[in-house]
Amino acid sequence: MNALKKLFGGDTRQFGMIFALVALIVLFQWLTGGITLTPGNVINLFNGNSYILILAIGMVLVIIAGHIDLSVGSVAAFVGMMVAITMRDWNLPWYLAILLGLGLGAAIGAWQGWWTAYVGIPAFIVTLAGMLIFRGAQQFVGQSNSIPVPREFQYIGAGYLPEVGPDTGFNNLTLLLGLAAVAFVVFSEIRRRRMAKALGAEVSETWVSVLRLVLICGAILYATYLFATGRPGTSFPIPGLILAVLVLIYGFISSKTVVGRHVYAVGGNRHAAELSGVKSKKINFLVMMNMSIIAGLAGMIFVARSTSAGPSDGTGWELDAIAAVFIGGAAVTGGVGTVIGSIVGGLVMAVLNNGLQLLSVGADWQSMIKGLVLLVAVAIDVYNKSQGRASIIGLMMKNFNRPSSGPGTPLQPDEVTSTRETISREA
Amino acid sequence: MTSQTTHTDPIILEMRSITKEFPGVKALDNVSLRVKAGEIHAICGENGAGKSTLMKVLSGVYPYGSYDGDIVYQGQVQQFRDIRASEHAGIVIIHQELALIPELSIMENIFLGNEPTKRGVIDWAEARLRSLDLLARVGLRDDPDTPIKEIGVGKQQLVEIAKALNKSVKILILDEPTAALNESDSQHLLDLMLGLKAKGITSIIISHKLNEIEQIADSITIIRDGKSIETLDVKADGVDEDRIIKGMVGRTLESRFPDHTPKIGEVFFEVKNWTVAHPQIQDRLVCKNSSFFVRRGEIVGFAGLMGAGRTELARSVFGRSYGHFVSGQIYINGKEVTLKSVHQAIDAGLGYVTEDRKSLGLNLLDDIKTTTVSANLEKISKRSVVDTNQEFAVAEQYRRSLRTKAPSVQEGVAKLSGGNQQKVVLAKWMFTDPDLLILDEPTRGIDVGAKYEIYGIIQELANQGKGVIVISSELPELLGLSDRIYTIFEGAITGVLNKEEASQESLMKLMTSTTRKAA
Repeated sequence: MNALKKLFGGDTRQFGMIFALVALIVLFQWLTGGITLTPGNVINLFNGNSYILILAIGMVLVIIAGHIDLSVGSVAAFVGMMVAITMRDWNLPWYLAILLGLGLGAAIGAWQGWWTAYVGIPAFIVTLAGMLIFRGAQQFVGQSNSIPVPREFQYIGAGYLPEVGPDTGFNNLTLLLGLAAVAFVVFSEIRRRRMAKALGAEVSETWVSVLRLVLICGAILYATYLFATGRPGTSFPIPGLILAVLVLIYGFISSKTVVGRHVYAVGGNRHAAELSGVKSKKINFLVMMNMSIIAGLAGMIFVARSTSAGPSDGTGWELDAIAAVFIGGAAVTGGVGTVIGSIVGGLVMAVLNNGLQLLSVGADWQSMIKGLVLLVAVAIDVYNKSQGRASIIGLMMKNFNRPSSGPGTPLQPDEVTSTRETISREA
Repeated sequence: MTSQTTHTDPIILEMRSITKEFPGVKALDNVSLRVKAGEIHAICGENGAGKSTLMKVLSGVYPYGSYDGDIVYQGQVQQFRDIRASEHAGIVIIHQELALIPELSIMENIFLGNEPTKRGVIDWAEARLRSLDLLARVGLRDDPDTPIKEIGVGKQQLVEIAKALNKSVKILILDEPTAALNESDSQHLLDLMLGLKAKGITSIIISHKLNEIEQIADSITIIRDGKSIETLDVKADGVDEDRIIKGMVGRTLESRFPDHTPKIGEVFFEVKNWTVAHPQIQDRLVCKNSSFFVRRGEIVGFAGLMGAGRTELARSVFGRSYGHFVSGQIYINGKEVTLKSVHQAIDAGLGYVTEDRKSLGLNLLDDIKTTTVSANLEKISKRSVVDTNQEFAVAEQYRRSLRTKAPSVQEGVAKLSGGNQQKVVLAKWMFTDPDLLILDEPTRGIDVGAKYEIYGIIQELANQGKGVIVISSELPELLGLSDRIYTIFEGAITGVLNKEEASQESLMKLMTSTTRKAA
């Protein structure tokens, strides 16, 4: 126990959500007789949920800024439909179609952002309207038909890393990706220790760092093994790759850039932010616009995976994305939340979905169980806050993706990174 | 009850050896308090000394069992489970932040949670009669149907007291009741407290305004660092402000202001004919044709009653962050500039520390280091990427130089005391390296010791050749700190006095009249 404390720092309960995720995986692994952690299932899980996880990245920024976006499902469906139509009717090549989709998302986002930021209509209302408008628009342009998309386009939703190089029995690119991740984790731990020392902050003992690295790298390598040894023709899926890239980009933006700081500042206290020179309208506009771009991307990935755009695509996605963000520790009042936390929240939902499906639990029960999990996860968080402790999830994510991240973390540096890297392998 | 209090002085309330611990902190350590029936008992102490915690123990916010020690009230040991239980016993607390609902009427607020009913239906006729009686007792002549949001803070405070009276209060606890009130409202409230005392109601008052305490309190209990230090009998012990301060800080403060020899340079900042309209009501002017200037190294005071337009003037100059700009010019180093946004104002070398620290000055979710750099992120960023190492170093440097009391710069600002929060806000603006720093009520809600330190910081900024504008409702503070003082009345600058010619009387005269002295 003592060793565990040293490893994670302070209170082990702070790792509630990570532990919940691990426990959930172990539980389903046992209940399904080992099917959960097979290459095929893990790949399926990623493929089937990547668009929700991608939406959660945009949604967490919206929620941190103190808004909500109910239109993402409709926007995703509309963009997916438009892209499918332009490729069929205008013979647009797939890469131009993707650009068009992103541009369309940006235009829709600018529309919603303008109402929210500059006219001052609450985002709840603006996006509720958007939800109706774009659902209708999608059915209008698609005439409620299914429209297939070409094979090249399907690659972004259903593709895998290709086989290259010598036959090693593994997928070589996946292997390389895993090794790169391990190198990155080791390198950043070393860098963090060096920085902490240079700043005169407290540095954790060497064995703690080493043991932690072993655990994290072990996890990454195991995941790599699973992805690299699937059925021939499968490997690390392309949507997973897109997701990983987005997590890195948005994790960086939200924690390390001026714009990211401003999003937290506006959500935490808009007046104080404005009096510090933050252009809050611009921030609100950007956040809403960004969400619709990401919704467009998610819509395209979904269409690519299901090989056609249909009238009921994207139904209920907004709720899944919002649930992921709140399970991941964001606050309804804004100012709190992390990209990584939302991904973990989304994975909890995804593993739950997947496990219940493997156990052939009906959709009725799945829905009830998911609802209860959302309620309980947020309740534990709220309870902890009311007890004067920081939110479990907030605390454990705090030093990873929040502004307060970085090497200059003398208080509990060990807790900080272990969380960070345990999660980053999941992502 | 009244008959008892007239001939003897029985103890109505005794808190015996109260100890209250929070994880890692002993907020109260063996605190004792004896309150006589029918007296006004003041509790004094620096911020963070434990006054509010003690009152929360008394009123059941911290329920029985969560603290050690006994509360003996009317001869019996009490075990309050919650606020309702203590209110039921006649102990009512009125918090600093008023607990009134702005959209509801005075009457509805008075009876909120305590509605008179007839067969389960609210009896509004009865409520109205009773509220008229209650309002008369607190000296409020407004219609009970007036919504709370339409009456001022002073009157709202009276409504709170009326609400307490309705609960047949025996001990009324007031936490900083006059903090947000102007002079005349404060005086009315103090008179009311004396009136309630005459009717046999015991009051406990927490206040930083020592002159008020001196004026109305019968006894004073001083708390320092979570311990009860002494209880003074005001009549017998010849207690004055200095005596109270000595108890609060544990030493005699030779002076309430650090020594300072001003080094005043040339005029570098000037505002001419500044006119601004109310943000919603366009034909109401909040600043009327105001002109003022600031010299390098000068501390300029802005005196005025609350609502005179001091904050409005400051904020409209600071990048038009308040109201509708009508006309006027700003000159910096002789050149006219247009500051249309806060961002431009900061770039032009202005800084503004708001009077409302919690709702306008701080993001309470942030920690010290994030707050410290938040107004000048560019300085520690390269290509819009924030250098978190530098952030840590900068915040640490300010924490040391301003002597902010916090375990580390990663401490959340919400956990700091008012004085330390203010230091963090000052650090934030010092990091923008402004030429002119506007401080709006810089010591509001801050205890004596920390005030002294803040004054020192202000003077140090002036020594560095910066101009400082201090807006304050406390005239002694302005007189002690400023090199020159402007007076403002109803949105217009009514005069300017040099340090030598300024006194409380001369300022007060200018603050309450429209007759202009040559400015």
